[in-house]
Amino acid sequence: MDRMSDKEKVHRGLEPEVTEKLRQQSAELSKSVENGDYVRAMTLINELGEVRDQSLYREVGRLTRTLHESIRNFQIDPRSAEQKEVLSMMTDASDRLAYVVQMTGQAANRTMDLVEENMPVARAMRDEASALRDDWQRLRRREMEPAEFRELYGRIDNFFVSLTQDAETIYGGLSEILLAQDFQDLTGQVIQRVTTLVKDVEEQMLSLVVMASHVDQLTGTVHQIESEEVSAEQGVGPQIKAQEREDVVSGQDGVDDLLSSLGF
Amino acid sequence: MKILIVDDFSTMRRIIKNLLRDLGFTNTDEADDGNTALPMLKSGKYAFLVTDWNMPGMSGFDLLKAVRADDSLKTLPVLMVTAEAKRDQIVAAAQAGVNGYVVKPFTAAVLKEKIEKIFERIQ
Repeated sequence: MDRMSDKEKVHRGLEPEVTEKLRQQSAELSKSVENGDYVRAMTLINELGEVRDQSLYREVGRLTRTLHESIRNFQIDPRSAEQKEVLSMMTDASDRLAYVVQMTGQAANRTMDLVEENMPVARAMRDEASALRDDWQRLRRREMEPAEFRELYGRIDNFFVSLTQDAETIYGGLSEILLAQDFQDLTGQVIQRVTTLVKDVEEQMLSLVVMASHVDQLTGTVHQIESEEVSAEQGVGPQIKAQEREDVVSGQDGVDDLLSSLGF
Repeated sequence: MKILIVDDFSTMRRIIKNLLRDLGFTNTDEADDGNTALPMLKSGKYAFLVTDWNMPGMSGFDLLKAVRADDSLKTLPVLMVTAEAKRDQIVAAAQAGVNGYVVKPFTAAVLKEKIEKIFERIQ
């Protein structure tokens, strides 16, 4: 509530006694000029300047105090145990995100290891099954010599053995792939905590920015802010909310449509 | 036929490598940005380049332009596989001479389709 009333004061500009004094002195000034009393007029102009400076100093002083208060509210004073924790939350936010990158990387690699191990097993199973099926058809069509049949008999026997083993291997691989997705729970929690922290910091930053802009208004400071355009040539990364944006395609169909409309 | 895969994330290089292997392309090399890719391309007799866009160091877009500007590489087919989805970027890539553009996340079917299309055109 304190902060709100401060803001209102700033918006109104000068304090009532100051405006009253200004009004009085400006009336007196124009009277002195009319009467040709220039010495008195110059004195009045000096006094007016002083009034302006004093009210300015007062406003800046008040804003500085509020700013100071806000910075303290920013909880970056590591002296108390509670604030130490907040500080460590701030400083280790990037560690947390690095942990997310590490966890997701590990999960992706573990999953791909398992996929790469199991794909050849599945492929060998498929190849042997289809070869056996062809021979089985030949047997049913009675196109097989007895010697060949005996060999097929043995192969089918072996196939059943390896089929049981291979299916077991693949099943185990799939279970491990399932388990490798457990990072989502952990990384999700970490990301949510960092998101909360970012939101808090954003709110507090915003009130600091508002206060700083009031100081600028009072002192008449104009900043030359050069906005840095992110170069699309270097790449800007994945687009969030692509569906809501005109300048972004929302998927492969969008890319294909755009390219074909250009004649590529 | 040798293919160079350029992406700064090893997991993405691995995914693309696996998908290419399923399509019958077993001879692949990897690079993590344009700066490492370009000398490999110049000395390595690659028949095809698959590159990401956004990478630290030299971006895929700059790599594409460097390839097109090099006399010995300018006809090399280039497929961009990237999360960059701004219309301006896609148009810029097309104008710079990209042969195909796949936006992430993508499916195996899309990658296959684009690669086949590129080889159809070359033959």
